[in-house]
Amino acid sequence: MPLKKRQSFGWKPVLLFLSAAPLLSAAETAQAIVIVADSRKFQGVRLLWANFYNESHFHFALMTTLLIPLAGVLLGSLADLVMSRIGINLKSRSLREG
Amino acid sequence: MDWLYVLMPIVGVKVFWPGLVILGLGVGIIGGFFGMGGAWMVTPGLNILGFPMAFAIGTDIAHMSGKSLISTMRHAKFGNVDYKLGSVMVLGTVCGVECGSRIVMWLERMGSVALYVRYGYMILLTVIAWVVFSDVRQKQKKDQEARAAGRSVEALSTGLEWHKKLQQLNIPPIVYFPKSGVRCSVWLPVTIALFTGLLAGFLGIGGGLICMPALIYLVGCPTHVAVGTDLFGVMISGLYGAATYSYKGRVDLVAVFIMLVGAAVGAQIGTVATKYVKGYAIRVYFGLAVVGCGISVLLKLLGAAYLPVKPALDVAATILILGLVTALSLFILLNFLKGVAEERKARKEAYAHV
Repeated sequence: MPLKKRQSFGWKPVLLFLSAAPLLSAAETAQAIVIVADSRKFQGVRLLWANFYNESHFHFALMTTLLIPLAGVLLGSLADLVMSRIGINLKSRSLREG
Repeated sequence: MDWLYVLMPIVGVKVFWPGLVILGLGVGIIGGFFGMGGAWMVTPGLNILGFPMAFAIGTDIAHMSGKSLISTMRHAKFGNVDYKLGSVMVLGTVCGVECGSRIVMWLERMGSVALYVRYGYMILLTVIAWVVFSDVRQKQKKDQEARAAGRSVEALSTGLEWHKKLQQLNIPPIVYFPKSGVRCSVWLPVTIALFTGLLAGFLGIGGGLICMPALIYLVGCPTHVAVGTDLFGVMISGLYGAATYSYKGRVDLVAVFIMLVGAAVGAQIGTVATKYVKGYAIRVYFGLAVVGCGISVLLKLLGAAYLPVKPALDVAATILILGLVTALSLFILLNFLKGVAEERKARKEAYAHV
């Protein structure tokens, strides 16, 4: 089964690699074992997420890659909003080495 | 106290979630301040919290991309990110990492990969620490000479000036990077990125640890711009890492989100703290972090050589790493709080005079 999954993946790893690659070596050391999430223990969003993981690792990877920057932008903007209220200049800094 | 634990949907283990927030906060502060992804700090931390090693690595890398994105956003507002330079370097890094990982595969077939990687890591960390501290020493010497001669010290003067010689290489096309204030052959950053990517691929790390000093000493970026530009690169490489590890099923997104909550705050603190710290102070603290990291690798090497004491040395290495993260985070946090208090006070005084 995992072999079939990999074969159907086709040109996508090439595209992923070209987009950026500096962690390739670490990735290749991961073992090729299929792990299944035990969805019986969950309810709600976590159940959906566990099922999503079990159904397709490709879709899971795609969703993870989309959700992480989205969460980063959201949380970053929120933290930015809080920081903008502490009364300091957040638009410039002096460039000084010593 | 059950509410302090959350069952991870993919890993299937109960994890102490405040630990994840604290870990995210700590690595966010350090990453935003030094321009590092911090893979060397988070992986052992996640492992201690109960993640199996493969999940610890995957989740760490996925969180790293989100955290670097938050730091890059903040650094960009300060004008610390040279997107042009960062984009040029991505090309070299991609090829370098591929070559590095192939060397690892070759060594793995020979059965000696762990030993070579650890020795390579030790040599690299020693070289980086030596470069950082000899640069600081030379800078101090130059400043003393300038003061003795009655000259003023330039704001952007540096100790080691290898970058000046490298920038003179006249191989077309010659490109100007306005944010960094660097004019050089495009082959200089590409070659450096290729080399740093090769080392990063060989050592299996994100690359921030190597790329940040390379941008300073070889390309000639001011420290603050090197930190911001490096984070931009880490963000891209982290996204690739997140994609590849989640495809292999080794990322728990719930843990990533919990860590990102802490990292969002930490990244802001670390990044804003660079505003209050001079470039050379950042270099010195970076050097100290490298020395701490080097000692922990040395402990691991000794553990591999003397098996009866291996468990004790492994614990010592983990304690050292986590202690280092805590100490550096607290130190940066103090700098941030002090800087904010001083700036607010100065602003109030300025308003009072108007």
